[in-house]
Amino acid sequence: MSNLHELYGRRGRIITDQDAQEISRVEELAYDLKICQVMTSQVKSVPPNISISNVLEILRLGRISGVPVIADGALRGILSIEDIVRAMEKNELGAPVSAYMSREVVSVNGYDPVVKALETFSEYRLGRLPVVDEHHQLVGIITKGDITRGILTALQKDYKEEELRRYRASHLFDDITSDRTSLILRYNIRARDYLNGGQASSYIKRALLRLGASPQLARQCGIAIYESEMNLIIHSDHGGTLRVQIEPHRILMQTTDDGPGIADLTKALTPGWSTATQDVRDMGFGAGMGLVNIRRCVDKMELDSAPGKGTRLLMEILLRPEDRFKEPADPEATL
Amino acid sequence: MTLQEIITQLNLTVLTAPHPPARIKPTGGYASDLLSCVMAGAKPGNLWITIQSHINIVAIASLNDLAAIIITENSIPETAVLEKASQQGVTLLGSSENTYQMAGKLWELGIR
Repeated sequence: MSNLHELYGRRGRIITDQDAQEISRVEELAYDLKICQVMTSQVKSVPPNISISNVLEILRLGRISGVPVIADGALRGILSIEDIVRAMEKNELGAPVSAYMSREVVSVNGYDPVVKALETFSEYRLGRLPVVDEHHQLVGIITKGDITRGILTALQKDYKEEELRRYRASHLFDDITSDRTSLILRYNIRARDYLNGGQASSYIKRALLRLGASPQLARQCGIAIYESEMNLIIHSDHGGTLRVQIEPHRILMQTTDDGPGIADLTKALTPGWSTATQDVRDMGFGAGMGLVNIRRCVDKMELDSAPGKGTRLLMEILLRPEDRFKEPADPEATL
Repeated sequence: MTLQEIITQLNLTVLTAPHPPARIKPTGGYASDLLSCVMAGAKPGNLWITIQSHINIVAIASLNDLAAIIITENSIPETAVLEKASQQGVTLLGSSENTYQMAGKLWELGIR
């Protein structure tokens, strides 16, 4: 958790363009991924007594820009192109590595998150860092290139997983043969639970997208469900239930609660009319637009309520032919 | 104009930015503090300007596929809000200016 706080602490400040470009899902990954997951572990190293010109050859052949210097199993320094350039300027390419290597080696631990390496890069203005284990033995080396590669691989994995989920779900109706297939999602909504307001709507929207719904349809359902979910949170005595029935040709949504019930249905459906308290209005709710919004999003809406009884709101969206979920072409054929 | 250019030109604080702002091109804007009005009026890809900073703004932006929320008058959201926004891929931006000034500046930048 401390990492998270750090993350948000940093996000709270005014940041530069550079920072802004770097903050993203990528930044989350920078916290999730460990250095040892992205580092290069087959590390070339050199002893301190060989000549710099030898190292130059090693760098050239390996297409790398620096090597750790190891003596008696321990990390003694690092020799990078910059050090070699200094040696070149003095015409001392024949000098031993120990004469030009950087001795004050900044290293990172393999089990630290990638963000630690990023921070160390910018703090010390370095291009590569040796990675050590808990016994300070060299286990790898990390460059910004390794991080980019590691993050891209992780992003691709994320993407593939979502694609796979979506692929599987989108064949749900297609793969199951019945005379009438429907998928029912149920959510219990607690009264006054503003913290989780919109959670069920988000889940439902995601489910629809995975089932292959168009973004527009998912949004349309999301809005209708959000408004009805918030109505349960804001107005119901004891919360209520939200039920979504997805069928190949339509989506049925229903909220049910056990009170207090609506006194005047006509007023409730009037744009701008609201019984919300001032506290709730201060949060931006209670615009008196909820039911009006729902009506705009659905093909059919039925509001059934009486004071002291409870409220049932039924919403139905009929799917246009191009929005329908795929069904087996001919159920008989597959039986 | 990309979200990144808007952030730079209007000196907005990036509170959470789960998407690369350099690739998002806001399609327009919507200003209101009433959540249901935003639900009804904001279009996908819009920037939403509001002083509201409580947790429910995240769901509004996520369900409506908004490009970002610009929270005005230094109304900084709580950590839980930032956390939820990050989870849901909602970009939150902050400004010290008020909603009227922010809308005017966006209009002048050509976000209409």
